[in-house]
Amino acid sequence: MILLRLALRSLLARRLTVGLTIFAVALSVALFLGVEKVRTGARASFGDTISNTDLIVGARSGSVQLLLYSVFRIGNATNNISWETYQDIAARPEVDWIVPISLGDSHRQFRVMGTTAEYFDRYKYRGGRALAFSDGRAFDDVFDAVIGADVAATLGYAVDDPLVVAHGVASFVSHDNQPFRVAGILEKTGTPVDRTVIVSLQAIEAIHVDWQGGAQLPGQGTPPDRIRQMDLTPSAVTAAMIGVKSRLQIFTLQRALNEYPSEPLLAVLPGVALQELWSIVGIAETALIAVSGMVVATALLGMAAMIFSGLNERRREMAILRAVGARPFTIMGLLMMEAVMMALIAAVLGVALLYTGLWLLRPYVDSAFGLYLPVEPLSAREGLVLGAVVLAAAVTSLFPALRAYRLSLSDGMTARN
Amino acid sequence: MDTPPALALDTVGFRWAGRMAFGLSVPEFRIAKGARVLLLGESGSGKSTLLSLICGINAPDTGSIRVDGTEMSAMRAAARDRFRAEHIGIVFQQFNLLPYASPLDNILLPLRFAPARRARVGDARAAALTLTDALGLPRKAMTEATADRLSVGQQQRVAVARALIGAPALIVADEPTSALDAASQANFLDLLFTQCAAAGSTLLMVSHDERLGARFDRSVRMTDIATMTREAAA
Repeated sequence: MILLRLALRSLLARRLTVGLTIFAVALSVALFLGVEKVRTGARASFGDTISNTDLIVGARSGSVQLLLYSVFRIGNATNNISWETYQDIAARPEVDWIVPISLGDSHRQFRVMGTTAEYFDRYKYRGGRALAFSDGRAFDDVFDAVIGADVAATLGYAVDDPLVVAHGVASFVSHDNQPFRVAGILEKTGTPVDRTVIVSLQAIEAIHVDWQGGAQLPGQGTPPDRIRQMDLTPSAVTAAMIGVKSRLQIFTLQRALNEYPSEPLLAVLPGVALQELWSIVGIAETALIAVSGMVVATALLGMAAMIFSGLNERRREMAILRAVGARPFTIMGLLMMEAVMMALIAAVLGVALLYTGLWLLRPYVDSAFGLYLPVEPLSAREGLVLGAVVLAAAVTSLFPALRAYRLSLSDGMTARN
Repeated sequence: MDTPPALALDTVGFRWAGRMAFGLSVPEFRIAKGARVLLLGESGSGKSTLLSLICGINAPDTGSIRVDGTEMSAMRAAARDRFRAEHIGIVFQQFNLLPYASPLDNILLPLRFAPARRARVGDARAAALTLTDALGLPRKAMTEATADRLSVGQQQRVAVARALIGAPALIVADEPTSALDAASQANFLDLLFTQCAAAGSTLLMVSHDERLGARFDRSVRMTDIATMTREAAA
């Protein structure tokens, strides 16, 4: 007990260097745990992008590509699914519900997605949460649009504002003859929905009424009221989200779609495709862990260097301890105990820093990156990390401690300063 | 049956390992129990080596060293450290104390390494304060301040309390007065003698100041008991 007290007093007596060293280790611990939190948060957010959808079907390409354009609105579909095929799939006995997705147009920098009103009921994220309207409601007219929270925030749109849809992703030409109207604004979800303009399938057709083969027909253009009376049944959709009646049928349906005779299709399980996509993103994740691990190692080396540099001026102290009967081994233990105490304090301080940081930054991170960082107790894994830091501190301190051992053996009680 | 001497060295031979080949031999040196002996020697006379042998920091290559009747030279290093903690109290010239610890903790420190001595003391804190009272140290300073706040004279007296707590058989004091002025020296010696007598401890004090000799039972010159050999490195 007295040795523990003396070690504490000794640390206190050198509070400036010791404090800085502890702070460095604490920062590195906070960084490491913070990266860990962001990593698991990002992974969860990522996995939360789509839920309760059993299959996503599109034209045959890669599963990651299908997921990227249908869920993340990144990249483009190579091909479409014909409307007949879509109808055929919808009529299959296994299918409980099906929601079409039609992509290819944009409004400013945001993608426009054509779908049915059922999308707002069927699309789920973050473990089954449904979309909610912060203002307005779903579309019921051809020229109604529902916009995501980021779209509304970036462009400053409110319900009933007009908006113009451009053909193609990069807006070379605008369909400015057909003004749309904001019918509803969705609440923030932290998913790509926030950055999407959602219209009906008919609206997508309506946009292209005066177009043929990628070029606008000359003339005044068809007035909106005429368009409303036209048959706006689409000829194709880009992809579709499917829910099955029984989960047991997922694989049967998947196989049937993948072997669909009249058109090459690809059906993927969103969860599996997400996993596949994450395994690509995961390289960056590993790099992040490696870098923050290095930071912890650097801080611990700094601590070892600090103990080393203090040894010479503490030879007197060691001689006193030897004179009162301490074994060289005890002196070695004392030094290691100091290192472990510093690491323990640093670990506690690091955790405090982490939670303070989380608490301060969470609202910002959520709104800016759609990354939801839960403030929850340390996981077993994080506890393990803290334990590893303390253990690593003990191991690192072995080197200065061994030197102290040798010094105290050779010095004995000789008074040296 | 005679009581064994507090310290007995017989045909002791020791040689430092390393580049500076330096040897010390002590044919015979005894101190009777309860005696106060002054060992006179200039610096470089092998005092430090002799003290490190007596205190069991180093073991002699040949011969025997007995403290309070126990053969110390036959012990292993860890056992000698333990023996030193139990039976020998040490006072240095200066810088005796851990500066960041309270004087009280400094006094109690040897007991941490000496269970028997600790058991003998009973209430260690009370015993320490009794000693510091007797040595004229202010109580408040013993527990509340750190050791580096004390004057040099006070620090030396705290060192005496640390050496004497639990009444070890032998007190080794290495020039404990050289950092003090003349008036404090006499006062310090009075206190040291009184407390050694109270504890029944034998005192071996090293100094280069021959004038102190009159106050001791016996003074011995380093050159009378020991021979030093110096050789160039092979």
